[in-house]
Amino acid sequence: MQSVIFAILAGITLGSALMVVTSRNLLHSTLWLIAAFFGIAGIFILLQAEFLAVVQVLVYIGAIAMLIIFAIMLTRRIMDPQQPRFNSQWGLVGGFTALLFVGLAAVVTRVAWPVAAGEIPADAIAQLGADFVGVYAVPFEIASVLLVVAMIGAIIIARERE
Amino acid sequence: MVPLTWYLLLAAALFCIGLFGVLARKNAVAVLMGVELMLNAVNINLIAFWRYTGLNQLVGQAFAVFVITVAAAEAAVGVALFISIYRQRNTVDVEALDDLKG
Repeated sequence: MQSVIFAILAGITLGSALMVVTSRNLLHSTLWLIAAFFGIAGIFILLQAEFLAVVQVLVYIGAIAMLIIFAIMLTRRIMDPQQPRFNSQWGLVGGFTALLFVGLAAVVTRVAWPVAAGEIPADAIAQLGADFVGVYAVPFEIASVLLVVAMIGAIIIARERE
Repeated sequence: MVPLTWYLLLAAALFCIGLFGVLARKNAVAVLMGVELMLNAVNINLIAFWRYTGLNQLVGQAFAVFVITVAAAEAAVGVALFISIYRQRNTVDVEALDDLKG
């Protein structure tokens, strides 16, 4: 049963991801990107990381995909479907990425990963919250500073100059 | 339960698709979408390894949250750069933006 759900979710994710990189219309690319993000959220639920699945939908679909749609709307003329999608080296790049996948797949299937069976603790989300103000307090604060700096920087970069 | 290898293969495939998008697309916004796909592939790996090997600690989930935070910051700065470049150059074709080429 789980493997059937995994196959469906993986199919949605990979098919949408392929459409993202090959679609002629940039707006279609973004809509396929949203479908891929939903597939990945489903994968997270399958891995019993429900909090991450919710964060994925909120941040990636709710914020990042919307930001990309804004970028496309604000730079409207660039989404002309008549323009070539790929640069001149796309054949070389396609061969390289296919080879990279073959190499990664060979490594991933050959290594005996030390899998440990076990049950998810019932209070995993509470523990994650406690970890963020305990063990990971410093990285957490640095991440928030990074977000503030990035937002201020984005405003300054995008501001209209007279 | 689905073997760990399947998740790793899915993440590898997603990473390679994203890398293709980054290296082959002409439009800078499409390049940004490729980067987002690659970051998501990394997150799948982190969560899969957490689920299969490190259940008593939440390192994998914590790292995935940090990756998402940095991805949000990166997307915001990237989009701001595209808008600024578009305003000055009227294009976001990455092949036209080669001023730093020696």
